[in-house]
Amino acid sequence: MSATGGPPAPPAPAPPVRGRSVRKRLVPYWLLLPGVLWLLVFFALPMVYQASTSVQTGSLEEGFRVTWHLATYKDALADYYPQFLRSLLYAGTATLLCLLLGYPLAYLIAFKAGRWRNLVLVLVIAPFFTSFLIRTLAWKTILADGGAVVEALKALHVLDVTSGLGWTEGDRVLATPMAVVCGLTYNFLPFMVLPLYTSLDRIDPRLHEAAGDLYATAATTFRTVTLPLSMPGVVAGTLLTFIPASGDYVNAELLGSTDTKMVGSVIQSQFLRVLDYPTAAALSFILMAVVLLVVTVHIRRSGTEDLL
Amino acid sequence: MTRLLHALRRRLVVIAGLLTLAYLVLPNAVVMVFSFNRPNGRFNYTWQRFSLDAWKDPCGVADLCGSLSLSLRIAALATLGATVLGTMIAFALVRYRFRARGAVNSLIFLPMAMPEVVMAASLLTLFLNMGAELGFRTVLIAHIMFCLSFVVTAVKARVMSMDPRLEEAARDLYAGPAQTFLRVTLPIAAPGIAAGALLAFALSFDDFIITNFNAGSTVTFPMFVWGSAQRGTPVQINVIGTAMFAVAVAVVVVGQLVADRRKSRAEK
Repeated sequence: MSATGGPPAPPAPAPPVRGRSVRKRLVPYWLLLPGVLWLLVFFALPMVYQASTSVQTGSLEEGFRVTWHLATYKDALADYYPQFLRSLLYAGTATLLCLLLGYPLAYLIAFKAGRWRNLVLVLVIAPFFTSFLIRTLAWKTILADGGAVVEALKALHVLDVTSGLGWTEGDRVLATPMAVVCGLTYNFLPFMVLPLYTSLDRIDPRLHEAAGDLYATAATTFRTVTLPLSMPGVVAGTLLTFIPASGDYVNAELLGSTDTKMVGSVIQSQFLRVLDYPTAAALSFILMAVVLLVVTVHIRRSGTEDLL
Repeated sequence: MTRLLHALRRRLVVIAGLLTLAYLVLPNAVVMVFSFNRPNGRFNYTWQRFSLDAWKDPCGVADLCGSLSLSLRIAALATLGATVLGTMIAFALVRYRFRARGAVNSLIFLPMAMPEVVMAASLLTLFLNMGAELGFRTVLIAHIMFCLSFVVTAVKARVMSMDPRLEEAARDLYAGPAQTFLRVTLPIAAPGIAAGALLAFALSFDDFIITNFNAGSTVTFPMFVWGSAQRGTPVQINVIGTAMFAVAVAVVVVGQLVADRRKSRAEK
């Protein structure tokens, strides 16, 4: 008996083994086989195809051939670096905003909500079950020109400041960077709140009491007890927010303008409309490399912080 | 005045948290309110007057309900596939020692650490190279792929917290391996499997980016909404969004009530 396609079974030890125990040792491989094969064929193999597509040249009519044309990468970056930098900037800003907005909410659920805790959790999760596209379109209404939100921001002179910074344009919020970041923040906020809540919920409330008994102020307790203990949640939350936000094109397309296009939009239009597969594959590959780099550095750094 | 300020400062966290919650819930409220709108023109973005028209005729827009039932079918099949494959992987990871464990863990982790657009684009290059016809099947394949990791994570957490002595006890009482699995292991793992399945269903039903790349001319519900953002948004979209929200809240509340009742019964 052998696990076809699966990883090889460990070599049999010196004394001859009875059939039954060999079969038993193969159980995990049989359990893994279908799912791992699925991921290998439809997740890992496509990455190889994408890498190969990115170094091909040709046209749709004549077909594409691998020519190791690495200049595609250089050209793609030269043509689309504004969209690339914009993606990282918007995703980074949205992640920061998610952290600033999400932390108080997670704290509220973990320590202050009492019997309302489950209700608040439902309100955080329930939007997941309404199509996010419909909810993103709702922001078109909320941020509409001359609407309540825009008028209030105008009255408070917030729009003067943001327009000065280039985040909004005149009296408009829609079709500006601020609208896109607002949509990104909204869409990925639950991914920040839930891991933060999980790690805050694990904190023993007696630690807070102990800090209080030792005459620590609320601020000191937060800085020296709560925040360090919630770091796993902060790391998980920032990753779960930044990764999808960096590749997103829905918010940029629905709430932004041609000046707010993100790299996801470029990949989508090169692949589905322009049909320039090599450029699209190269851009997608660069995005993947950047995100994996961010993930690795982020995890490494927080890992060493945990040790301190 | 200073007392008021003091009280405000003490409740700063609560106030900030509630404001965030309002930010999260506001779009749902807008979707709900605008399901009762009768817009002038093709786009449902500004309030005109109250109307129940869309609620009386939720399928009144061409292709809307067809796309909805297609999305439900894909989500159901993707949930089934991802839950079966993911549960098997989760049991293998927690219960057995084997080689290539690290590689398998990375293979599970990577799809969750990858922007959707990268998976979508690379999968499309595979399908194009294989000459596969884009449609129902390619979408289903893609959905099972990206839901798998989430199911594994959910089931793994539950199986890891299981007390192995319960299964030992079952074996001590002469239950066979199959009997132990079906009557002890599976019922204990069930909440984790259910959580994974629910997550897979929600992810598949709501997926847009990967579907957008790999659906060809097949139109799922999110694809319909995306198209309508260009052509004109029918009020019926808001009706369906509101109904989905109500059903989701009802499912969670009923589930909570059932769990509470079981708990209180167990305590008696």
